[in-house]
Amino acid sequence: MKSDDRGKGVIHMPRKDITSGNWAVAEAMRQVNPDVVAAYPITPSTDIPMKFSEFVADGLVDTNLVTVESEHSAISACLAASISGARVMTASSANGVALMHEIFPIAASYRAPIVFALVNRSLGAPINIHCDHSDSMAERDSSWIQLYCEDAQEVYDSMIMGVRLAEHKDVLLPVFVCQDGFITSHCFEPVEFLDDEQVKDFIGEREPINSLLDIKNPVAYGSLALTDYYFEIKRQQIEAMKQVRRVYDEVSREFASITGRQYPVIETYKTDDADHIMVIMSSATGAAKETVDALREKGHKVGCLRIRMFRPFPATEIADALKKARNIAVCDRAAGYGAPAPLFTEIKSALYDAGIHIPANSYVYGLGGRDFFPHNAEEAFMDLIENRVSTEEKYLGLRE
Amino acid sequence: MVVRLKDLTTKDTPMTRGHRMCPGCGAPTAVKQGLMAVDKPLVITCATGCLEVSTTIYPFNAWNVPFLHSAFENAGANVSGIEAAYVALKKRGKIKEDIKFVAFGGDGGTYDIGLQALSGAAERGHDFTYICYNNQGYMNTGAQRSSATPHGASSTTAPAGKKIPGKIQRPKDLTDIMAAHHIPYVAQTTLHNPQDVIEKVKKAIETPGPSFVNILVPCVLFWRIDPAMQKEICRLAADTRIWPIYEVENGKWKLSYKPRKFVPVEEYIKPQGRFRHLFKGDQWKPVIEKLQEEVEEKWNYVLERCNETWEPKE
Repeated sequence: MKSDDRGKGVIHMPRKDITSGNWAVAEAMRQVNPDVVAAYPITPSTDIPMKFSEFVADGLVDTNLVTVESEHSAISACLAASISGARVMTASSANGVALMHEIFPIAASYRAPIVFALVNRSLGAPINIHCDHSDSMAERDSSWIQLYCEDAQEVYDSMIMGVRLAEHKDVLLPVFVCQDGFITSHCFEPVEFLDDEQVKDFIGEREPINSLLDIKNPVAYGSLALTDYYFEIKRQQIEAMKQVRRVYDEVSREFASITGRQYPVIETYKTDDADHIMVIMSSATGAAKETVDALREKGHKVGCLRIRMFRPFPATEIADALKKARNIAVCDRAAGYGAPAPLFTEIKSALYDAGIHIPANSYVYGLGGRDFFPHNAEEAFMDLIENRVSTEEKYLGLRE
Repeated sequence: MVVRLKDLTTKDTPMTRGHRMCPGCGAPTAVKQGLMAVDKPLVITCATGCLEVSTTIYPFNAWNVPFLHSAFENAGANVSGIEAAYVALKKRGKIKEDIKFVAFGGDGGTYDIGLQALSGAAERGHDFTYICYNNQGYMNTGAQRSSATPHGASSTTAPAGKKIPGKIQRPKDLTDIMAAHHIPYVAQTTLHNPQDVIEKVKKAIETPGPSFVNILVPCVLFWRIDPAMQKEICRLAADTRIWPIYEVENGKWKLSYKPRKFVPVEEYIKPQGRFRHLFKGDQWKPVIEKLQEEVEEKWNYVLERCNETWEPKE
């Protein structure tokens, strides 16, 4: 890795290094060198602002780091900085995400392209610092793009792609880059980094429109729009989300041309001829894929479908990937409490629209960081193989 | 710093005519007087409240400078974010102008729900001015009590009843709290004298670093006063010393207004419908007496800090 030309120090980092999901985020942020980072520490995302603060202290970035007094102020400052024309990044988890909730839809409505590392952690109570997806799933209707990453490499790459995606003039929406707390955020694994110059060239300069700091063309953000205009404004926001797929494909294609790393919105693993497919997200996909391999050796035609983009939801691609299956297992790392779990709901909806009616089991797994082992995945696959499919929600790895 | 009022009367202010605040409301007066003498370009942010909703009813907008509102409790964080972006973009040569940043919040958005964000912004030392237009209650939602509501006032969540005389607690002293942040400039005033508002806000905005100005403004609707009484009621607030007029510049306290004679607190509260119950019979006389005691206690506290004495003429 070449020396940083902006900082006073010199970084000697091999192009490939062993790092954690959190440090991979911090490294992406160093290379992006955003104008403003406003962040507040919370486990398990704390490493991100900590590591980034070191970069600031060593002059490796010239970001204005705002060490706010709460997550609510973190996202409020990010929002304000973003509409002021700054490139803005931040990170948080669980309760922090919940405290920010009020501002998320406002940031989307103001079309603030914030890139946000969301390190998934369960929402209390009981208080628990470990991974599940209850925090980000609670934000699924906040009008933010949501990408769920399987490993640290994907997290790093998504933080960089996220800048281009969020800031695209046809999108201008904030993006959550989600990774599993501790499992991905704290485990060390090999990650291939881009050169600083490659990142700089890929992301380019932000070209803000309607900046609050354009004093010659004053704009007002945050007007009171009542029954006469609110609906039309929200309709435009829905339209912006519809543009995400096209722009995402452009951005990820260009990224792949530089890195060779492909990031389709869904990842299919041995699904082409599969009779039984497990649908899953994030780090648990590893155990699912391993189980697919093991069961295939025993002659079972099984496959795995990983949902990377959850918002906007790529329903057509998902229905297409599942249409030939005899039955499916949808695994959620969040519960629905009085309704089906969130991913299961979306999958069923996608199949309905495609006119596909295949038996589907809903599994909730891994709440509060409960490990998801290959034998848990096998249990679900065996239900499918032995045709134990019902509408009753099932639980993997739970003592009952 | 001397500001000539005559020179300012023809100047455009950042807030235009045509807003929908109530006639007699003190908030637009505070905004217009306060920003009248400021020469630098401004970016305004505002907490949710009367000022925000009544000046930005889409598709209309009474601000001719950039304006941001996002929520109730985060004006301090919003102004931090704007200023942080400005500092970053200026350093990178993307912005050339010198811009100043002003946040407005009512007492609900400042004393109560927004105190944390304001405290954080002040502690971090952003270059901004926060102006609290303090009408002593949640007036936008219909006169609920706030921590700025005075002792003895009736509000819709601390109403005067047969057993309880309205609010039984003293208001929080936010100006003092902000002075305790050791920021370069803190001031307290009301609309008793335009010169004082103009000079204090101008000084606050021109002072580098955080500054805070607490302006007592009447809400005609819920103080239940005649809309024409705006200035008179503010003058009584200053003369009865229930709202001492002072500033704290780099830690140095300075009294800005010393009434010539003693005026009892009754004269301030009597014209206001929110205190009317205190004057029905003798039941709540002790509340008025207690109010006077609290006035003296606070006044002496301010005098001591300002190293002043006060000898009223009569």
